[in-house]
Amino acid sequence: MPYLSLILGRIGKAVIVLLAILVFNFFLIHAAPGDPAAVMAGEAGAADEQFLEDLRERFGLDQPLPVQLWRYMSGVLQLDFGYSYRQQMPVLDLILDRLPATLMLTGAAFVISLALGILAGTLAAMRVKRPSGSIIMGLSLLFYATPLYWVAMMAVLIFSVVLDWLPAYGYATVGAGYTGLAHAGDVAVHLILPALTLGLFFMAVYTRMTRTSMLSVSQQDFVKTARAKGLAPGVIQRRHILRNALLPIITLAGLQAGQMVGGAVLTETVFAWPGIGRLMYEALMQRDYNLLLGIFFFCALLVILFNMLTDVIYRLADPRIKQSAA
Amino acid sequence: MNFFKRFAQNRGALVGLIILALVVLLALLAPFLYPDSPWRMVQRPFLAPGEIAGFPLGTDTMGRDVAAGLAHGAWVSLLIGLISTVVALAIGVPLGALAGYFGGKIDDALMRFTEFFQTIPNFALAIVLVAILEPSTVSIVLAIAIVSWPPVARLVRGEFLSIKHREYVEAARLVGQTHRDIIIKQILPNTLSPVIVLASLMVATAILLESSLSFLGLGDPDTMSWGYMIGAARTVMRQAWWLSVIPGVAILLTVLALNLVGEGLDDALNPQLARAR
Repeated sequence: MPYLSLILGRIGKAVIVLLAILVFNFFLIHAAPGDPAAVMAGEAGAADEQFLEDLRERFGLDQPLPVQLWRYMSGVLQLDFGYSYRQQMPVLDLILDRLPATLMLTGAAFVISLALGILAGTLAAMRVKRPSGSIIMGLSLLFYATPLYWVAMMAVLIFSVVLDWLPAYGYATVGAGYTGLAHAGDVAVHLILPALTLGLFFMAVYTRMTRTSMLSVSQQDFVKTARAKGLAPGVIQRRHILRNALLPIITLAGLQAGQMVGGAVLTETVFAWPGIGRLMYEALMQRDYNLLLGIFFFCALLVILFNMLTDVIYRLADPRIKQSAA
Repeated sequence: MNFFKRFAQNRGALVGLIILALVVLLALLAPFLYPDSPWRMVQRPFLAPGEIAGFPLGTDTMGRDVAAGLAHGAWVSLLIGLISTVVALAIGVPLGALAGYFGGKIDDALMRFTEFFQTIPNFALAIVLVAILEPSTVSIVLAIAIVSWPPVARLVRGEFLSIKHREYVEAARLVGQTHRDIIIKQILPNTLSPVIVLASLMVATAILLESSLSFLGLGDPDTMSWGYMIGAARTVMRQAWWLSVIPGVAILLTVLALNLVGEGLDDALNPQLARAR
C-alpha cells in the first residue's frame, strides 16, 4: 500500500510540525517581558501580590519549566487552549466561532485569484511581446507591489464612500434581520470587496507563474510535434500547453496558503470581517497572549491541512508522481 | 556586453532605479529638510495638501506635517528593509551552504528545519514575534528576518549542490584546501548573482512586511513609518482620504521600484537566462 504509507507519512510530518509549534508557543510566552502571571493579572484587571501568587499556583507557574511544558502540551491535546480573560471565553470557543467567516473569505479569494490568475497568465503567455501581454504583466506587478491593507482601504474609498455600490465593512447588514436566501445574498454582497481585495494580490502571483510556466512548456518537443502535425493553435494552447503548465501552479497554491492567512488578518481588519484574522487583531490590541497564540496555532493547522490537500490534488493531476512514489 | 549595458537595456529597471534613487535621497535628506521630530504638532489638524503654504502635503489628524512623516518614514522603511534582509541572508546563506556542501544527514536535518519555518504562516509568525517581544526596531527586524530566510537557504543549497562537483572545486579539494576555504573562497563567490537578485526582492518584501506590521499598530512607537501613517488615517478615510493615499503611494512606488531593479539585476547578472526568456 504505497498510498497508505504516503498518507501516514504526511500526517506524521504534520503532527511533528504542530508539536514543534506548540513548544515554540510555550517558550514564546516565557520569552515575553514580565512573567505570565503578571500578564494574566493585567488581563484580569487586578495585580496585588497575593493574587499573583494564587494565579501562579493555580496555573502551575511555580512548577519547573518541563512540568509546565508538559501541562501545556497535554492541555492542547485535550483541546484546551486556555482562557481569554479579555473576552471572558475559552480560546477554542472564540476561534471556532470565527473560523467559518475566515474559511469563507479565504476560500472565495482563493477561487477568484486562481481562476483570474490562470486566465490572465494564459492571455499574457499567448501575447508575449505584444502590448496587451505587457499590460497584463505590468498590472500584475503593480498589484504584487501594493500593500494589501492599502488596496483594501482604497477599495472601500472608491466602491463604498465615493460610488456607494457596496458595503464598506461587516459580515451582514446590522439589524436587517434577513433570513434564508435574503441573508445569504446580504452576506455575499458584504463578501465581494474583501474577497476581491485578498484575491487580487494572489491573482498577481498566479498570473506571473502561469505565464512563465506556459512559456517554458511551449518550448518543449511535444508542443513542436503538435504544431508540426497541424493542430490548431487554440487546441495546442489549451490541451497541450496549459494542462502541463498548470502542474507547478498547484504546488504554488499550496505554498501560498500561509500568505493567504496573513493576508486575511489585514483584509479582515480593514473590512471588520468577523473571522480569526480580525480576532487576531483584537487579541493584539488587547495584548491577549493566550488568544494570540491559540490563533497562531490554528493558522498553522489550516496551512498544513491545505498543504496536504494540494499534495493529494497534485498526485491526482499528475499520474507520473504515482510511479516514483511506489 | 557589460553589466551596466545589460541592466540599462531593461527600461523598467532604469525607471525603478530612478525612483529608488529619489526615495533614498528623500530618506537621506529627511533630517535636514525636517530637522524637527515628525511627531511634533505644527499646525491645526486635517489641513488638505496645499491649503497652507509650507505644508505641501497637509497635516494629519493630530496636526503633524505629512511631508515630514513621509520623509522620515522613507528612512525607516529603507533601513528596516535593508537590515532585515542582511540578517535573513546571515541566517539563510550559512545554513544553505552547509546543507548543500555536506549533504547527507546534515542536509536532511537543516532542510527539515527550513521546511518547518516555511510551513508556518509567515505574517502570523511575524505578528506573534513582534507582539510578544514588544514592538521595537530590533524586534521588527528580527521577526522579518526570521520569516524570510528560508528561500535564501533553499536557493544557496541548490547552487551549492550544482557547483560542488565542478572541476575547480575538485581541484581545490585535491590540493588540500579545508572545507571552510572551499566553501567560502571557491563556491560561495559563484553563488553570488542569484543571491543578489533574491536579496533585492527580499528588501521589497521586507518593506511591505514592516508597513503591514506598523499598520496593525506593531511599529516601533518611537519612529514614524508609512504603515503607521496609513493605520492612523484609517478611521478618518471619509474626511481625509489623502492621509491614507499619500503614504500608500510612497510604499507602492518604493516596492515597485525594488521589484523592477530586481528584474533588471536578474537580466544583467544571468544573461543566458535573459536571452532564453
